[in-house]
Amino acid sequence: MEKLLEEFSLGLFVWQLVLFVGLLLLLRKYAWKPILGAVEKREEGIKDALDAAEAAKKEMQNVTADSEKLLREAKVERDALLKEAREIKESIISEAKEQAQVEGDKMIKQAQATIESEKKAAVADIKAQVANLSVEIAEKVIKEELSDKGKQQKLVEDMLGDIKLN
Amino acid sequence: MRYSFFSKKLVAVIFLIAGFVSAQNHEGEEVETGAHDLKTEIKEYIDHHLLDSHDFNLYSYTTDEGEHKYVGFPLPVILWDNGLKVFLSSEFEHGEAVAEVDGNHYALYHNKIYKTDAEGTINFEGHHGDETHTEDAYGEDLVVDDAHPSNEKPLDLSITKNVVFIIAVALLMFLVFRSMAKRYQKSTMPRGVGRFLEPLVLFVRDEIAIPNIGEHKYKKYMSYLLTVFFFVWIINLLGLTPLGVNVTNNIAVTFALAMITYLITTFTGNKNYWKHIFWMPGVPVPMKIILAPIELLGTFIKPFSLMIRLYANITAGHVVLMSIIGLMFIFKNWIGSPLSFLLAFALSLLELLVAALQAYIFTMLSALYFGMAVEEDHH
Repeated sequence: MEKLLEEFSLGLFVWQLVLFVGLLLLLRKYAWKPILGAVEKREEGIKDALDAAEAAKKEMQNVTADSEKLLREAKVERDALLKEAREIKESIISEAKEQAQVEGDKMIKQAQATIESEKKAAVADIKAQVANLSVEIAEKVIKEELSDKGKQQKLVEDMLGDIKLN
Repeated sequence: MRYSFFSKKLVAVIFLIAGFVSAQNHEGEEVETGAHDLKTEIKEYIDHHLLDSHDFNLYSYTTDEGEHKYVGFPLPVILWDNGLKVFLSSEFEHGEAVAEVDGNHYALYHNKIYKTDAEGTINFEGHHGDETHTEDAYGEDLVVDDAHPSNEKPLDLSITKNVVFIIAVALLMFLVFRSMAKRYQKSTMPRGVGRFLEPLVLFVRDEIAIPNIGEHKYKKYMSYLLTVFFFVWIINLLGLTPLGVNVTNNIAVTFALAMITYLITTFTGNKNYWKHIFWMPGVPVPMKIILAPIELLGTFIKPFSLMIRLYANITAGHVVLMSIIGLMFIFKNWIGSPLSFLLAFALSLLELLVAALQAYIFTMLSALYFGMAVEEDHH
């Protein structure tokens, strides 16, 4: 310790102190501030660039997700449309079928009614003709067989009444 | 890879030169001293190497005629002795002559300047007979004469060899970092020397300042931390060159650096810091009273340890390295000398690490103390 104190050189101490503080002040102004400032600026720049890249990447992902969503929605819509179309088609077909059925039935009924009425008319006509023929036949028969016209008429009507039962 | 290759080559070259220079030195002295005890001579040489000098000597030798020759140049001596006295150190003729300025006489004794009479008489206090016996590193009796000069010592503000190197390092640092800063004006990418230095600057910022001081307050300490880191590192590295300079093994230099750390710590300390010193929270009152002086003493011990650590590490490194180189001249055979060379080489590589490590530790601990000074209350 004594040796240390003896070795201690005040001159060197003063020089070191003055020179070092001078160097410190000069470097602070002309070197450290610009260097640290530039480094910080650059680091900020890099950070900003990275952030921007990250944001762009996210945006990209969003866009992709959006387009995928759109695509999915379009598909769903298309499916829905197709389904609807199919349903409409089926309903139209079935409706048409029903209508045709109804129409057919109606036509058949009409035809049947017509046939029935025709048949009735024909039967009535036949009946009239048969009656006329019968009357004529009877007239001829009775003209020959019967003299009394009243009796003859009564007989014919009875006979016709029998035929009607058939 | 290129850097490390380059530095390896550089180290090798430096050692070749170092070996050459010191070899020349010793050979010269040997001729002169002849029977002089070689061990004592080496020890003296080491002691001399550790001291500051008023001359810039690269090496000295003795001619065949027994005349001392010094290779180097003189430095200005600046004294304050009832007025400014400035003269060149060559007037001392390496301690062999008395310098006369304005009717005052000055003489060199053990690298210190004393005011003397015209004959350069050094008066001694104490008796030459009073000797202190201690054991030196070799286990031999070391005799220290208690007598020390009683002559008046003028205030010596000379530009000594160490001051020259402090100025040189300051200039070098200013030029290098200024040019580095200028490059950043053109683009924020480091160019040239900045490519090598920027990682170091960032290392100081990211590994030393921010972890110890904190994200928000580190900025105002950056200038000091960077300056002290590079200053100590470069000047330690210069100490490993054959120029024979060792600034950081002067207690005055490390004292100045530690004092700046202490002053910055003290003047930037916040309320919380002082509270922890004078009125430690969370302990009983009697303890607070006991702790206050201890804590106050601690604030001085911390920078004191900085001072001693740097001084002792660099001094120890130089002493060991030079002793091992000195072994070469003691062994003087084909086993000892290569062994000594290899040891010196290995140790020099270690010293390269120590040079950076001590700069790192000094900066790191300074940052730690600053961090304590600005730490916010967490209670």
